[in-house]
Amino acid sequence: MGPLVVNEIISPDTNLFLAFLIGIGFGFVLESSGFSSSRKLAGMFYGYDTTVLKVFFTAAITALLGMLFFSLFGWVDLSLIYINPTFLHSAIVGGVIMGAGFIMGGFCPGTAFCAISIGKLDALAFIGGLFIGIVAFTEGYPMFEELYKAEFMGTPTINEFLGLSRGLFSFGLIAAAFGMFWVGEWAEKKFPREEY
Amino acid sequence: MNEVKKTKYWNPYIGGVMLGLVLLSANFISGRGLGASGALKSVVVTTVNTVAPDHAENTAFYKDYNETHKNPMKSWLVFQVFGVLVGGFLSGTFAKRLKFKVEHSPKISSKRRLIFALIGGAFFGFGSQLGRGCTSGSALSGMAVLSLGGFITMACIFGTAFGLAYFFRKNWI
Repeated sequence: MGPLVVNEIISPDTNLFLAFLIGIGFGFVLESSGFSSSRKLAGMFYGYDTTVLKVFFTAAITALLGMLFFSLFGWVDLSLIYINPTFLHSAIVGGVIMGAGFIMGGFCPGTAFCAISIGKLDALAFIGGLFIGIVAFTEGYPMFEELYKAEFMGTPTINEFLGLSRGLFSFGLIAAAFGMFWVGEWAEKKFPREEY
Repeated sequence: MNEVKKTKYWNPYIGGVMLGLVLLSANFISGRGLGASGALKSVVVTTVNTVAPDHAENTAFYKDYNETHKNPMKSWLVFQVFGVLVGGFLSGTFAKRLKFKVEHSPKISSKRRLIFALIGGAFFGFGSQLGRGCTSGSALSGMAVLSLGGFITMACIFGTAFGLAYFFRKNWI
């Protein structure tokens, strides 16, 4: 049955319309969870507000479990789902640069869109910065191409890489997430803050 | 401890489950995850194609991109990001949070906040291109499909932000 567009149950144009609706859900949930506030997002890195950790990992394990059950019930063919390819070097260097951008700018691209939609002007500056950074990459591409394409590993999943079954790894990840939630709750009590 | 204030935002675990369901529907309907930075890349490529078509034809990145993408603006992520703007606006409207403001710690000026937001954005924009996706596209969506690269990028984003937090603490606490 799923994914619907790959199995031609819906047309590519319908898919784009549904992308818009999915985006509305995405933006609504981000804003309602407080991701339109840079001080709330940055709070994660100082322990005074671990909302990011809780929302992010709850979302990841919910989607992960959902996919696992959908595939078990035969509702979705996992082999047709896009798996992000792994280019080891650019995944690491890109991630480190993004992490630096996160602590300086207080947003990531998705949350910046969410914040600008309710009028946060610091998000507007962040989005301006995003354009600068993207243009720097596209214009200087020949310089970065080697790093960009280095150590291509295909599309491995982390459980294959570790030699575990999908279910077992998911179980471990869920246990780890609950451990992190516990630490997050503890940290919020230790470093109290105001609500932004 | 401070007195407990009533939170105006959703409970984070409920928010997380809702976000997970949105991500699950994206995978179920479209066979792909959520994203954000890819839509900005579409805007950049389209702008270059329109403003400087000669430059687009003679520059490696745009040439490659245009060969594989007929119309960069007619992409899943562009439509999804328009949705994010509408969804965020709706939520902000219901919660009465619509307001033009520069949010910053009382210890720093608006100007300082805006400068750091711009610099941080530039870093994030560059990193998202090199890393093939940002927190949504690579880290969150990648994790949901158990992509090895997604986990690596997620660990590097959060690890670096934690590691550098001390140096930027004046901006936030």
